[in-house]
Amino acid sequence: MEDQHIVTAFDRDLAELNRMIAQLGGMAEQQLAAATELLDARNPAPIDALIAKDKELDALEFHLNERAIEIIAIRSPMATDLRRIIAAVKIASVLERIGDYAKNIAKRSRVIIDSETNRADSISLTRMASLVQQMLNQVLDAYATSDADLAMDVWDRDQQVDQLHTSMYRDLLAMISAQSEVAEVSSHLLFIAKNIERIGDHTTGIAEQVYFLVNGTLPSDDRPKADESSGTQKGA
Amino acid sequence: MNDTTDPKIKIEARGVDVFYGEAQALHGIDLDVNANQVTALIGPSGCGKSTFLRCINRMNDVIDGCRVNGNIAIDGQDIYSSDIDVVELRARVGMVFQKPNPFPKSIYDNVAYGPRIHGLSQSREQLDHIVESSLKRAGLWAEVSDRLSASGTSLSGGQQQRLCIARAIAVSPDVVLMDEPCSALDPIATAVIEELMEELRKDYTIVIVTHSMQQAARISQRTAYFHLGNVVEHGATQQIFTNPKNQQTEAYISGKIG
Amino acid sequence: MTEFSQTDARKAQLAKRYRAETRFKAFGIGAICTAGLILLFLMGSILISSLPAFTQHYVTLDIEISERHIDTQNLADSDWRGLARASLRAQFPDVQGRRDKRALGKLLSLGASDDVRDYVLANPSSLGTSVRLPVTFSDDIDLLLKGVIDRELPENERVVSNQDLAWLDQLVAEGRISRKFATKIFTNGDSREPELAGLRGALVGTLWTLLVTLLASFPLGVMAAIYLEEIAPKNRLTRIIEVNINNLAAVPSIVFGLLGLAVFINFFGMPRSAPLVGGLVLALMTLPRIIIPTRAAFAAIPPSIREAAMGVGASRLQVIMHHVLPLAMPGILTGTIIGLAQAAGETAPLLMIGMMAFIVDVPTDVTAKATVLPAQIYMWANNPERAFMARTSAGIVVLLSLLLLVNATAIYFRKRFEKRW
Repeated sequence: MEDQHIVTAFDRDLAELNRMIAQLGGMAEQQLAAATELLDARNPAPIDALIAKDKELDALEFHLNERAIEIIAIRSPMATDLRRIIAAVKIASVLERIGDYAKNIAKRSRVIIDSETNRADSISLTRMASLVQQMLNQVLDAYATSDADLAMDVWDRDQQVDQLHTSMYRDLLAMISAQSEVAEVSSHLLFIAKNIERIGDHTTGIAEQVYFLVNGTLPSDDRPKADESSGTQKGA
Repeated sequence: MNDTTDPKIKIEARGVDVFYGEAQALHGIDLDVNANQVTALIGPSGCGKSTFLRCINRMNDVIDGCRVNGNIAIDGQDIYSSDIDVVELRARVGMVFQKPNPFPKSIYDNVAYGPRIHGLSQSREQLDHIVESSLKRAGLWAEVSDRLSASGTSLSGGQQQRLCIARAIAVSPDVVLMDEPCSALDPIATAVIEELMEELRKDYTIVIVTHSMQQAARISQRTAYFHLGNVVEHGATQQIFTNPKNQQTEAYISGKIG
Repeated sequence: MTEFSQTDARKAQLAKRYRAETRFKAFGIGAICTAGLILLFLMGSILISSLPAFTQHYVTLDIEISERHIDTQNLADSDWRGLARASLRAQFPDVQGRRDKRALGKLLSLGASDDVRDYVLANPSSLGTSVRLPVTFSDDIDLLLKGVIDRELPENERVVSNQDLAWLDQLVAEGRISRKFATKIFTNGDSREPELAGLRGALVGTLWTLLVTLLASFPLGVMAAIYLEEIAPKNRLTRIIEVNINNLAAVPSIVFGLLGLAVFINFFGMPRSAPLVGGLVLALMTLPRIIIPTRAAFAAIPPSIREAAMGVGASRLQVIMHHVLPLAMPGILTGTIIGLAQAAGETAPLLMIGMMAFIVDVPTDVTAKATVLPAQIYMWANNPERAFMARTSAGIVVLLSLLLLVNATAIYFRKRFEKRW
């Protein structure tokens, strides 16, 4: 695929970095999937495992940072190599954040698990979550194959997630104002929805990094946003 | 590092071919060098960057069998035209070489030699002044002011190279050419000279050939990548080293084969 | 870490190598010792055989500087010889008869009269007084006193007669014989009388000749070398010139003598036997010997010096004169002085132009007739008189000393001009 470096150790370093991103990405995907499942199945059992896994994820991100610093110091990378390393560092940080959100979703799910709630909301949430899972999966593929177009596709799809979030937001607000007893549950649902929406945003962040990696600039247009929950018409 | 005003073009090369006998070393080089900037020429061994550098002060004239075609103009004046005096040209375009080569004379005489032969000073005091200011600008005055009569070769490698720089700027050139000036020096001496170049470019236009890409990236504003006697790409240093347009350039600066 | 496998084959091989090295060193040392011994033997034998020439026996006589022999109006033409002889006869009042008196007079050298004359001329106040003065013995007597002529030989095989011996013994008993350093060998020109023959003429002749050689060959040689090495384009013509210069260095020196005879003397009409012609002939010979080392000296200077000077805007001439020439000086000087030293020892070419003649006077300028040291030595070597044997060796010693001096000068100047770059 790419030309090899004269110093093969350099190639090995970069391959290791890619592997770590793949590993981090896999872990983040798993966390997200587990949290989503929790939302659905209302089974409290896997939460502790999930929380423990999150620590592993943090540790891996930290390790990746260390390796990236080493590679920069030793190899003096230029051009594509440099962009790849910087992108890897940023993506790792985003993946760690996604892992945190997944943990948060799981925790909140545990709270609402004990109460009856509107089935429709749960279905909506699950739909959002699966969308975001697909986006994450696709953007990680785009990174692995250095495919900027694939990444930009993910970029576009965040619109859908935003729209879903906006409508959920309205529904839940309405529910809260109608029945104040369900306020607590509804607010948890709100937060869960927000977290999923944030995960969507973060995958677009990863997509931007992939674009930067391939083209050397960030995408020129503003990302199309449809999240109207913060009160403004256009994206902030 | 941002030159906000439009840079003036100091040296213009158009269609420069150089032949050593039958072999062609440079193929149709088109390159601009901006005034008061450091322009770096990079590329693998034998790519022609030193050959091109030596065209600018016509040092290739002394090589038997070397032919230069094309046009090189400094401040709009073609330096290969018949009414240009080569000796005068070399006073306007100074050169610092890879291996420090001070004259086997005293430090004072090393710096004073150029001004003497070009008649740049009328009195001993003027000459003293030229020597002092040149050594100061080369960052060497503090270290040698008390021993100007010591031999130029008694200095360390880094000091010798700075002496050669002082010698070159003593004749008030417009352009200073440097052919891998730091390749024989240790990292600290190298850093001293790189720092010096940033100061020097306020008064002179500098063209430097270097094997070290990191050095080119550190000190130059524009970079040209030579390969097999051609300029593959040239442009702003930042752009060349973060996002080069040409695949070959990318391969070279990343240290890749091919 | 792997161990060295010291197999027997390897050990044997190693031992063989060390043995070869030891053998080689032994050969080298042997060669040096042999050469050294030969040199020592040669030098030693010449030195020893030359020693007699450096001393001279004198007899101290009481000389009455009276008007009997001296014309006070014309001191130079007075009968100094008569005075000297009379003074000797005064020691032997018994000697009568013309033949005996003449024999007695023959004990003294012809130069004895010069000894007295020189003394009186230097001390005019001695006129009319009586002085004790050492005067020179003849060469035969001198050789006898030195033991070169054997006393024990029968009279007809001995150059000195028994009567002479008796007189000598008396003088010895009276304590009138002295032996001094023979200054005449350095103050006199050539002479038929060995005890009066000196090297001064030849030495001055050599110096004049070398001066002409230096002035003619040095500027020409150095400038030719500079042009060929630094300025001329490297093409076929310059290569041909280079080959021919190298070949010139190998031409037998007598050919240059013939050339000098034909061109300088016959065509240009220059004076024969003059240091001018001799110097020019030797200059022709020395020219390639200066050009070749000068070129080598220039070629040895690294191009970085020239580039540095050119980079500052020095013209080609300035590069050569200010930078390359000073650095090449040690090599140039060494080449020049070695060439001169070789010229100082040349005889064959000077033979052709007439410098192998018997010339008594010391040459006053480059056009006067002169001879050179090697020629003088050759002529003395051919002279049958016994006393000239020691003198030949003395001449060789002086020539070698001159050459040593010239080489020492070379080393001195080389050290002085040597600069490290």
